[in-house]
Amino acid sequence: MTMPYYVAPEQIMKDRAEYAQKGIARGRALVAVRFDHGVLMVAENPSRTLHKISEIYDRVAFAGVGKYNEFDQLRVAGIRHADTKGFTYSREDVDARSLANLYAQFLGQVFTHEMKPLEVEIVVAELGATPDDTRLYHIAYDGSVVDEETFSVLGGEAEEISRRLGATFQPDSGLAVALRACVDALAGPDRTLPASDLEVGMLSDANGRRAFRRVEADEITTLLAS
Amino acid sequence: MSLYVFPSNEDPGPNFADLLRRTSAGTLPDLSGELTSPHGTTIVSLRYNGGVIMAGDRRATEGVTIAYRNMEKVFPADRFSAVAIAGAAGPAVEMVKLFQTQLEHYEKVEGSVLTLEGKANQLSQMIRNNMPMAMQGLAVVPLFAGWDHRRNIGRIFSFDITGGRYEETDFAATGSGGRNAKTTIKLGFRDDLSRDEAVELAVDALYQAADEDAATGGPDPLRGIYPIIATVDVTGFTRLAEEEVAARFAAVLARGGRPGGNNRS
Repeated sequence: MTMPYYVAPEQIMKDRAEYAQKGIARGRALVAVRFDHGVLMVAENPSRTLHKISEIYDRVAFAGVGKYNEFDQLRVAGIRHADTKGFTYSREDVDARSLANLYAQFLGQVFTHEMKPLEVEIVVAELGATPDDTRLYHIAYDGSVVDEETFSVLGGEAEEISRRLGATFQPDSGLAVALRACVDALAGPDRTLPASDLEVGMLSDANGRRAFRRVEADEITTLLAS
Repeated sequence: MSLYVFPSNEDPGPNFADLLRRTSAGTLPDLSGELTSPHGTTIVSLRYNGGVIMAGDRRATEGVTIAYRNMEKVFPADRFSAVAIAGAAGPAVEMVKLFQTQLEHYEKVEGSVLTLEGKANQLSQMIRNNMPMAMQGLAVVPLFAGWDHRRNIGRIFSFDITGGRYEETDFAATGSGGRNAKTTIKLGFRDDLSRDEAVELAVDALYQAADEDAATGGPDPLRGIYPIIATVDVTGFTRLAEEEVAARFAAVLARGGRPGGNNRS
């Protein structure tokens, strides 16, 4: 009879965290920031069709980095939660906080109980009725949630990008200024990111009931030039 | 509420009604037994050069009683299509809500918009699912119209209570006053109607329907309640301002109820 090896719980958690961190760090980064008219999300993503940034509901958006199939599963689950809730109760009852909690519980559950943690990091943003009610929830692979004040950075080299963005970013800046700050922080001092390598989405009251809108390459170029 | 993650063989995909059935049993309406309920009446749709019109009166009746004077029967299904309802009001409004949610749900989950024909088929499936209720007198008979981005034309679909889907080439009308409305449109229809001419024709059609059918509500200047008229063109769904509709009905009344320019020969 073979005896299973004893591995200390601390070691198991540490190994899992390391595994998840490695997976996430391999992917390219994403930033979500507040600007004067809402929330702006900018990702380094050369694909036009495999999105990192998406609409969840009227005033709620989602962004994820890491393993595509894993955060896409979370995205779809989020849309299901929001649509079901909005259909059963009312559209105004859908909010980012309850969704962020569900994501946190799910990620925490998988992190503790499954063989393999999810190699993802996500952000759930909600456009508030007033700027004070706008929310950015950053949820990590182990289910820990951070309610971010002005911006959130996800993915590889997050600390470095966060430092660069923190040095220049003003929360009340206009769209073009905010986008420029995000792109510069993502690119760093040694390279420039063309519009074709960027995926940009935003939540803004200017878009009507469904506040989410994608900013396409042409518009990104125009905004960055201004 | 919880996070819905399914094993791949049970995954409802982008089907919202199926998702509800799996997660929130009882949210989808399932009535049984004989009952009387408010009924919505006349809705019309017609094509013009560059778009489609969707219009409907505001009355709901319960037997010979007027149940509501200001019911809305014309809705945006999504940005580029409109749906209007006739028949049992309760299930019809619920069906529209489910249809709107389904189109948006599909768009978000799949990251692309259904084709116009795909949307019409979805609606037809919802009507078919309503068959048990239709057998008990709660039939829902909608019209669906929208802008087809692939063909660059406005298209109109009508349905029967079994979910049968029929594409109309020029115009359609349904509900208790539908026959009168349809005749009016038929007499005034041309292939190259402008938006304004088409709106006028829809106004005439609703007026004639209300004139002949007790269950159809006409213009109500006393309360300021007028039919709802919407257009769908390449820029999307637009509901006409109440003032514009009021002015058009005032013109009909001023000419003694006779049809406007389209029907004069």
